[in-house]
Amino acid sequence: MYILIAGGGKVGANFARTLLHDGRHEVTLIEQRRDRYERLEQELEHHVLLGDATEIHILERAGIARPPDVVAALTGDDEDNLVISQLSREKYGVPKVIARVNDPRNQAHFDLLGISPTVSATRGLMALIEHEVPEHDLVHLLELRKENLEIVEVVIDEAAPAAGRRVESLDLPEGSRLISIMRNGHAEIAVGATELHPGDQVLAILQPGKEDELRRVLLKA
Amino acid sequence: MKALVIGCGRVGSSIALQLDREGWEVTAVDEKEEALTRLGDHWNGGFVLGHGMDIEVLREAGIEDADAVVVATDGDNTNIVIGQVAQQRFDNQCVVVRLLDPARAEFYRQRGLRTVCPTSVAIEVLLDSVRACEVRPAEATAN
Repeated sequence: MYILIAGGGKVGANFARTLLHDGRHEVTLIEQRRDRYERLEQELEHHVLLGDATEIHILERAGIARPPDVVAALTGDDEDNLVISQLSREKYGVPKVIARVNDPRNQAHFDLLGISPTVSATRGLMALIEHEVPEHDLVHLLELRKENLEIVEVVIDEAAPAAGRRVESLDLPEGSRLISIMRNGHAEIAVGATELHPGDQVLAILQPGKEDELRRVLLKA
Repeated sequence: MKALVIGCGRVGSSIALQLDREGWEVTAVDEKEEALTRLGDHWNGGFVLGHGMDIEVLREAGIEDADAVVVATDGDNTNIVIGQVAQQRFDNQCVVVRLLDPARAEFYRQRGLRTVCPTSVAIEVLLDSVRACEVRPAEATAN
């Protein structure tokens, strides 16, 4: 596959490295900062191109018109990633475009303009941090945007309506399912006969709009 | 008539001042507070401090009932995104976007964004000025 990467920061450079190491792909990485470019060029040689990947002539020099099988817009600027994605897909017909969202508040702009899939390190990190902070009653662990599903974690406390009940007896919202129960450091798959105890960490998969219903069934009376 | 001017640099501030003189109700948006000084001591239009990519800033500046939106920050890609957000999310019918790069200006114009490219304008004006010069053949002054 021919893969074109815009942005040679930590994300872009490591992605390029991994692909090149794999040895099965043709890769071009575009980086606009000269200092970064020079460092990368020593390592990745002719696979790196100096320039602004939002400039059409730079994209063309990188072979956008072939077009590549994949364009990954991974710069540190969301507006740049958006423009690179639009140019790649709409001007050159690139079949697969992946865009990085740096600031989760900009996700709405990517959605509005139909740029999908997107990846957001910040959002992923936030999920992991929430997971470690006990204040959140419902923690988002993974968002499967294309599938319109998400995986969340909830902790059953003493007062939770689900405490002491079997999974099959819960009135779970449609479009949701419990995956597993973590208790005393051991995880087990949740089945109908599994009984929920206070302190259990429960993983659930659900459609994003069903969070409140799930909360009501598991956490609040 | 309400106008929103996003990016209050040399271009944005002049547009804001002129529209204000023409009787528009103008709100300027800029991420730097110093930008307000460009509007002079007697500015009685609105000013919102913040980044134009921020939906809350746009709302606070009144994008929902603006009759016209002028996008003129110093970043082409920023302007492209804000322009499309104003047009598609807030359904504003009169969005004008400044882009310095002629190539991107052309691409987004084809996609229905009203783009203005000062670079292309400058090239035309400069070419016309050159053509307008009365070029006389060099005379043999040495004789």
